[in-house]
Amino acid sequence: MRWITVCPVDDIDPEDLAPFDHAGQSYAIYRDEDGAVFATDGLCTHEHVHLCNGLVMGSQIECPKHNGRFNYKTGAAERLPCVRDLKTHPVRVVDGMVEIGMED
Amino acid sequence: MPKDTFVEKRDYSLTGPSAQRAIELGLASAQWYHSEVPRKVMKELMQRRDGPAIRDTLIWFALLGLSAWGGIQFWGNWSCVPFWAVYGVLYGSACDSRWHECGHGTAFKTGWMNDVVYHIASFMVMRNPVSWRWSHARHHTDTIIVGRDAEIAFMHPTSIALNILHFIGVVDVWQWLKILARNATGNLNAEERNYIPDAEVPKAIFWARVHVAIYAATLVAAVWMQSVLPFMLIGGPRFYGTWHMFMTGLIQHGGLAEDVLDHRLNSRTCLMNPASRWIYWNMNYHVEHHMFPMVPYHALPRLHALIKDDLPAACPSIPAAFAEMVPAILRQRHEKGYFLRKKLPSSARPYREDFHQTAPARSDKGK
Repeated sequence: MRWITVCPVDDIDPEDLAPFDHAGQSYAIYRDEDGAVFATDGLCTHEHVHLCNGLVMGSQIECPKHNGRFNYKTGAAERLPCVRDLKTHPVRVVDGMVEIGMED
Repeated sequence: MPKDTFVEKRDYSLTGPSAQRAIELGLASAQWYHSEVPRKVMKELMQRRDGPAIRDTLIWFALLGLSAWGGIQFWGNWSCVPFWAVYGVLYGSACDSRWHECGHGTAFKTGWMNDVVYHIASFMVMRNPVSWRWSHARHHTDTIIVGRDAEIAFMHPTSIALNILHFIGVVDVWQWLKILARNATGNLNAEERNYIPDAEVPKAIFWARVHVAIYAATLVAAVWMQSVLPFMLIGGPRFYGTWHMFMTGLIQHGGLAEDVLDHRLNSRTCLMNPASRWIYWNMNYHVEHHMFPMVPYHALPRLHALIKDDLPAACPSIPAAFAEMVPAILRQRHEKGYFLRKKLPSSARPYREDFHQTAPARSDKGK
């Protein structure tokens, strides 16, 4: 697995997210209310809207277009119209920098 | 085109040539223009609260109860008329905005509260709660994109008589009851299957059966009582109290553009009196709602204040909105591609022509 540097962890507020594009793919990087970091695909599985303008509420990210919700920690689709789960990605913080894990 | 000649009827179906054309032109599931709002401010605007919707729902139910009581108490006497007039609007019009906001999941913070009010309001407005959840998602994905949006009110050339009849529910109640009855028999047509996932179809059939069963029980009660009173309470308000829903609903997009990707061109914001805004739950801020559907109704006035300089001026009143809309609709019946192109203030970013210049029959119209 390759680890790609995303941004300083402090660039993302607790209970918020930031977009990250790499190699033609969009990702969403989250911090929960305790500051822990998570990562998922960046586009909603319903209509491919970028989740970066959505709202983080507890463990959920709400899509900004149709208000569908996913659990960003597990990727599970938890509110219609989202029915397909979101892919999650490994993520870690090293020396204050967020890194996302990519399959080789 | 001469005034006595109507434009050719467009194909508004979701399964015909217009649907194919919308996909080919890149109008389906496309990227839309939105005004710039700082992330921190938008997060604040999107925050959910239970308080405003609990307050409004308690007032709504209390007024429904009080007006129904008065209507029954004075039944057979002219004194009952004002009570039914109030009950009718609270049932037959306010149901639409409650259905809408709770369907978005933005009215309440607590999920089950949205669901309960959504189902009650869906019944009142005579919409299948499953089908319409999906059709409304499509309405937000592809707002007024012909061949994609299942909720286009004005289909050109629009029928004026039909729109007038909508104010007393005659046409749509009949249409929607037929749809509920058809769904209750387990039949969803190709249009419905175009936007409802297969896994949701059994739920759509179940809820249609629940609605039909309640109407059947109302009919039995009316026959048993030898009175229309049960229909004054259930179903009837969709005739005698629906006028406010259509009055406000028609101005959302009427006379504006089809097949564009900028809500400032196809939606209308209209300032209203406080009573109408309460009945309509602030959906008069319609451009704002379409640009940012996650902002709850109670935060829309604040959102409007933030982005109004990037939007065409809001219509100052409901009569003003009709005054600009009706002539535009009449012209759209005769002039292919015409739409009311509202002037942007100098502070606004220009309309994103590159998003929609590919749509034919409009490039030289409505300027």
